Amino acid sequence: MARTTTKDAQALIQSFRSAYAATPTNLKIIDIYVIFAISTALIQVVYMAIVGSFPFNSFLSGVLSCVGTAVLAVCLRIQVNKENKEFKDLPPERAFADFVLSNLVLHLVIMNFLG
Amino acid sequence: MKGMVERISEVQCGYLRKRFETLLRNGQKSGVSELFTSVDGSYTSLEETYEMLRTFQVLGIEKSADINIATCPIVVEKLGSSSSTPKDLFYALRVNSILKCNINADNFEVIASKLQAVVKDANSLVDLHYSIGSLTLIKDEDSGSNVQLGDADGIFHSIKALSQSDGRWRYSSSGAESSTYAAGLALEALAGVVLLASSEVEQSMIGAVKNDIVKLFDSLERYDDGAFYFDEKLEHQGPLSATASVVRGVTAFAAVTTGDLNLPGDRILGLANFFLGIGVPGTAKDLFDQIDSLACLENNRFSIPLILSLPASVHSLTKKDLLKVKVNTVLGSNSPPLTVKLVKAFSSGSKDTPIVENKELKFDPESSIHSLDILPETVDVGKYIFVFEVVLHDPEHEKIYYTGGHSQVPIFVTGVIKINNAEIAVLDSDLESIETKQKLDLSGENGVSLSANHLQKLRLSFQLTTPLGHVFKPHQVFLKLRHETKVEHIFVVENSRKQFEIVLDFLSLVEKFYYLSGRYDIQLTVGDAVMENSFLKALGHVELDLPEPPEKATRPPPQPVDPYSRFGPKQEISHIFRVPEKLPPKEVALTFLGLTVVPFIGFLIGLLYLKVNIKNFPTSAVPATFAVLFHVGIASVLFLYLLFWLKLDLFTTLKALGFLGAFLLFVGHRTLSHLASASAKLKSS
Repeated sequence: MARTTTKDAQALIQSFRSAYAATPTNLKIIDIYVIFAISTALIQVVYMAIVGSFPFNSFLSGVLSCVGTAVLAVCLRIQVNKENKEFKDLPPERAFADFVLSNLVLHLVIMNFLG
Repeated sequence: MKGMVERISEVQCGYLRKRFETLLRNGQKSGVSELFTSVDGSYTSLEETYEMLRTFQVLGIEKSADINIATCPIVVEKLGSSSSTPKDLFYALRVNSILKCNINADNFEVIASKLQAVVKDANSLVDLHYSIGSLTLIKDEDSGSNVQLGDADGIFHSIKALSQSDGRWRYSSSGAESSTYAAGLALEALAGVVLLASSEVEQSMIGAVKNDIVKLFDSLERYDDGAFYFDEKLEHQGPLSATASVVRGVTAFAAVTTGDLNLPGDRILGLANFFLGIGVPGTAKDLFDQIDSLACLENNRFSIPLILSLPASVHSLTKKDLLKVKVNTVLGSNSPPLTVKLVKAFSSGSKDTPIVENKELKFDPESSIHSLDILPETVDVGKYIFVFEVVLHDPEHEKIYYTGGHSQVPIFVTGVIKINNAEIAVLDSDLESIETKQKLDLSGENGVSLSANHLQKLRLSFQLTTPLGHVFKPHQVFLKLRHETKVEHIFVVENSRKQFEIVLDFLSLVEKFYYLSGRYDIQLTVGDAVMENSFLKALGHVELDLPEPPEKATRPPPQPVDPYSRFGPKQEISHIFRVPEKLPPKEVALTFLGLTVVPFIGFLIGLLYLKVNIKNFPTSAVPATFAVLFHVGIASVLFLYLLFWLKLDLFTTLKALGFLGAFLLFVGHRTLSHLASASAKLKSS
């Protein structure tokens, strides 16, 4: 039983990897970026769990900066992905401009909140 | 200065003497003169200057040369000026009579003729008083001059016409109000008229004025202590100035007339007592009135009061000192030879049983003190009244001096009271069995330590006996119990037959004690004016065990806050500071700073692994410039954010961000549209 599960899992990961290899490079870049942002946020959460939440607003702005930019990156990925038919008319450059603008606004707020 | 102290009489007015002695002892001659000094340091008017100079003259205080220098020019100016009023002239002449400024004799003649004209026309008493007074002063000053009143009888009549049936005078013929003060002025003026008269004034007129004086003296008011004074009906004069005015007037009048005034001696003595008894008045004017009147009484022609005084009205049995009596005139001059007799002395409670009778006091000529050396053995402590009589040796003197007949003087005889059989005991409720009993030594220290419960009683008893062995009952005998919480209870110790005894039944006192158990300090107070060893002593303490308070029991009242605690140190304020947040060790923080960089490195590695390139970057010059500017713009916005975090405020940041944003929008649009058109071209081809 256990063996079949391992095998199945291996088969699942194998198929996922082969499928992911077909993903365009620009989407992969966005994926790495999202992973980078989320892991940074995770490190800060771990720090808070070990040390304490002081100074709390700095912690919040740090984590929200990471999470926010990750969410924006995910939005960018949705818009840039060619298989999403509803964004077919939207050029990826326009989506990137949105991404840049949203990030700048987000970080203005973050900086204000950082203290 | 010492001469002055001797001249101030040692009479009932001990306060007057004490005040002057204090002033003199401190070397403050200015102490008296400061009463006369106005705010700016000069004497405001000649009237006040005269009052000051006269007071100093009577008291024997040397006037300083400054006063001469400062005042004489004013006097000369007033006397030389034609616009001076009679009042100005009067006070200028009075000041001159003391200071002896050098006034030209011609001046006097001019003034004299001017004043004589005023006297003829004047109908107000005050004007008459001033002008006649001035004329007498000129006559005194310049003996060569021939100042005389031609129509002395007429002027005498016109003044006399203002007198009233009760001996008082009116200020003018039109005024209806009669005044005692005016009577004094009138008498002074009349004395001046008699002095200045070219021919003898009718004796019948003088007799009529003497009658007026006797009538005036009938209106004297009396204080309980035997002092007499004139009350003034008009508002602007007080009893002091009215009395002083009359005394001045009567002595002046008596000085210029012959024959007896027939004034009762006790009233003159009463007037002296009034002036001596008011202490040191607060204003210069009142002080002048007082001192000047005393000087008048000291040298009058009708009856010089002699005043009997005791340096100490307390006689101690333990010290065995002499009972001293002094007899002086009002300003403290020595009396003529006389003998002081102790007519009798009796306890203030029992008038009918004198303890001493008819004893003559010994006279010590050196200190001029009469003393009684031995008091009889039967004199015990207490308050006594001694009756003295002053007998003049020379019968001729009796016409000049008035001794006041019998004078009663209250005297306290003090002594040490013996305290015997003092004991304190805790008893059981039936008063039969004694639980603890301790002897007390009330003349020394005690530290009894008792304990009792609410079913027991506390008994304190002692005996007090006078030096002669009689039972002594002091004014105050209090027992005080004081709980640790400062709640106090005071009990009056009653005396029963031979001893003082108090029994505290704690059962009936629990309510009053607010059910407060614990340690009570015991304090005993025994005090009396004649008891030399009055005391307030802590006896020790009693440990009380009282029942628990029932629910409805009254709470002990809050103790009054000591009013002086307001000025004491305030309670220290302890500040509560915010507890510093716990911070991690530096190493942990730095480690995590490093850790946050790790994902970024992972991101860069991931990019390398994906073989990312920047081949899509525009190659031609213009789009490349825009692309570079676009990236520079983003970097500069991020740098601005960094500055915002570090030092800038929100408004500066937003201003800069507005410009940067517009620029970024422009270059971003150009770059991205170039990229979009490039990719569109690629697709279509």
